[in-house]
Amino acid sequence: MARLVKFQSQIQQVRVEFFIRQRIAEENRKRENAAAVKIQSWIRGCRVRAYVRYLSRNAVIIQKIWRGFAARAVFRQMQEAAYLARRMKFYTLMAVRIQKRWRGYYVRKYIHNYYERKKYLEALSKKNEDIRKELVEFEAYQRKDRERLALEREEQEKYRQAQRLHFLLSTKQCPGVFNSPFRESPSEMEARLRRVTPVLGQTAAQQARHKLRQLRIAREQQNSSFLPPINAKKPQGPFRPAEEVWRQRQRPLSPTLRVATSITALEEAREELRSQELSARLIHHPFWLFANTHKSRKYEPMIHTRTSFEPLPYGTKHFREEKKHTLQDKEPFKTVFTTCQVFDKFGRLYSNAGKIV
Amino acid sequence: MSQRQVLQVFEQYQKSRTQFVQTVAELATRPQNIETLQNAGVMSLLRPLLLDVVPTIQQTAALALGRLANYNDDLAEAIVKGDILPQLVYSLAEQNRFYKKAAAFVLRAVARHSPELAQAVVDCGALEALVISLEEFDPGVKESAAWALGYIARHNGELSQAVVDAGAVPLLVLCVQEPEIALKRIAASALSDIAKHSPELAQTVVDTGAIAHLAQMILNPDAKLKRQVFSALSQISKHSVDLAELVVEAEIFPAVLACLRDPDEYVRKNVTTLMREITKHTPELSQLIVNSGGIAAVIDYLGDCKGAVRLPGIMMLGYVAAHSENLAMAVIVSKGVPQLAICLSEEPEDHIRAATAWSLGQIGRHTPEHARAVAAANVLPKLLALYMDTQSSEDLQVKAKKALKSILQKCTHLPALEPLLYDAPSNILKHVVCQFSKVLPHDSKARRLFVTSGGLKKVQEIKADTGSALQEYITSINNCYPEEIVRYYSPGYSETLLERIEKYQPV
Repeated sequence: MARLVKFQSQIQQVRVEFFIRQRIAEENRKRENAAAVKIQSWIRGCRVRAYVRYLSRNAVIIQKIWRGFAARAVFRQMQEAAYLARRMKFYTLMAVRIQKRWRGYYVRKYIHNYYERKKYLEALSKKNEDIRKELVEFEAYQRKDRERLALEREEQEKYRQAQRLHFLLSTKQCPGVFNSPFRESPSEMEARLRRVTPVLGQTAAQQARHKLRQLRIAREQQNSSFLPPINAKKPQGPFRPAEEVWRQRQRPLSPTLRVATSITALEEAREELRSQELSARLIHHPFWLFANTHKSRKYEPMIHTRTSFEPLPYGTKHFREEKKHTLQDKEPFKTVFTTCQVFDKFGRLYSNAGKIV
Repeated sequence: MSQRQVLQVFEQYQKSRTQFVQTVAELATRPQNIETLQNAGVMSLLRPLLLDVVPTIQQTAALALGRLANYNDDLAEAIVKGDILPQLVYSLAEQNRFYKKAAAFVLRAVARHSPELAQAVVDCGALEALVISLEEFDPGVKESAAWALGYIARHNGELSQAVVDAGAVPLLVLCVQEPEIALKRIAASALSDIAKHSPELAQTVVDTGAIAHLAQMILNPDAKLKRQVFSALSQISKHSVDLAELVVEAEIFPAVLACLRDPDEYVRKNVTTLMREITKHTPELSQLIVNSGGIAAVIDYLGDCKGAVRLPGIMMLGYVAAHSENLAMAVIVSKGVPQLAICLSEEPEDHIRAATAWSLGQIGRHTPEHARAVAAANVLPKLLALYMDTQSSEDLQVKAKKALKSILQKCTHLPALEPLLYDAPSNILKHVVCQFSKVLPHDSKARRLFVTSGGLKKVQEIKADTGSALQEYITSINNCYPEEIVRYYSPGYSETLLERIEKYQPV
């Protein structure tokens, strides 16, 4: 109860206190409000700051991680690039070494081969020397050849001249022009004259040429028309017409049969026949008709062979003595039968004599 | 008048005609009679005799006309104006071979003087008749026809084309294969005249297979034939590389080198002409000829002959050396440079000396070795003398200068360059001093020699415009030597020394 009384006494005090307090509170309200606001705002600020700090710390972490990642990627790229550059540098260095060797080899072997060039120039000089020698030899050979031909021609010319001057040969009675008695020995022309064989008409080549020329002339004559004969001073007399004379002049040689056949014509004919027989004949026995029929016939000897008398050689043997031992290794006479030549040229001669028969 | 007397008149006339025409033909062989004959009006008299009844008179009249036309071109023009050619061409087809020969002779005598006359001959239709005569059997007729065609084709390309269009070339190639030497000669010369004008004509000649037949005749003993054969081959090969290769493929080398020792001068000249035409095209062809020893043969040929015939040989060496430095070295190794130096000093003609200068320039321009070889033959002073000589022709001066320049630009052989310091004009001197300035900085022995031989002194005496190339070279030479030596050799040094002596006061 004491407390109650205390409390009752304090009620008034409480009221007064309440009002005092209210008044104090009212007086301090602004201040305290402001202070509370300040504290609150500070606290809010702190909270927000803490929050922001928290956020920013996280953002930094994220950014940090991200930047680390990106930078490492970049770094890796740079690293690779640097590595590549180092590798390329190495490769180029090695490639330069290879190319250096290769180029040196190639140029020395193919572009400018010093030793080959030297060899080539040496071989060229040698070849030049060979060619020079060969050409000199060839020239000398040709010159000798020409000289030889010239000498031969000269010799032939002199021979022909000697042939034409063969009558200047010296005889025992009269020394020739080239064998003057005042010389010790006869001159070379004299020697040539002595060696010479006479000219027997034309050589075969000359004859052939002559024949060709004549044929050509004959053809020309036929193609072109003849001039009328120039009867300026016709000689009197029974002369033959010009064509006949011309024909006679152009007439070739017509030998007689006797002249044309060789002396051994008969033997040659026999040989020919024999060789023909040898090559052509196949059957060596003759064909006899009914030959086999004789085989069974009995032989009947002749009467006069049975006689004892000898056959008389009369009329079959000669009476001239034959010296067989002297004639042992001698050939028999050749009988050459001469033909009767009287009528060989009958009607073919140019002269009119003998045509009057 | 009996019949015989009437006929006698005609016979007399015929005899007198024959005599006239034979005498005129004989007189026409001598040149002094031709003026008189022309004044006597022989043309108008011979013309009706061409239409005479008797063939011998026709032939002799044609022969006389040919001889007259051969002499000079007035008479040839008179023949053309007198309308004789159509008659000749007509009878060329008809008559016998003597007349054909005489008619072809007249055509050739007319055509040889000038292109207009040859054109007149062609306009009369002579080409067909001549080509038909080429098919005759008689070699004399073929020879005259081929000769006439050759003379027509000689003048210019159109006439050659006309001859080719008439179909003459295959027949000429057939004529070349005939056994008669004279016919071969004329056919070869006609082919040469046709082929020389243009590549197409040469190709036409080649297409008929002429090269093989011409190549077969290279070693024929007849000299005139060989002249024509080589001339034909060189005319064919001069136009283009393909033609030259075709000629070379006929395997004429090395047989051709044997003909370089032929006793006939013109055969040798034509052989060298052929080799020149072949070598001028490509290095490969030149290489072929070098490898077969052609250079040595040509150099020996140059040593043996004298005069204008040397020209093709000299030009051939120049062409060979111009292609590459290997070939130039081959020429040097075959002892070509001394021979060319001899030619340069011996020959009096300007065009030959110009060709020699050109050849030497081609040899020496490749590398210092080549220039040294050329300079060692003592050629440079001669070239300088030719360049400076006022009497040499312009062509010679130009070529000598070019050769000198090209050799000097590569020459590092100083003893050969020294004589040029003294006489050369400034444009040559520039190159000489340039070479000195290149060599002296690196070679001490050469520097010493340069001083002792008086070259440095001469260089100091050269007056050059400041800033010109010559001054630069002189400066670079002066930089090779210590200053006092340069001062010692500078002109007027003795005067400066004397001045110093005068100014000096003894103590």
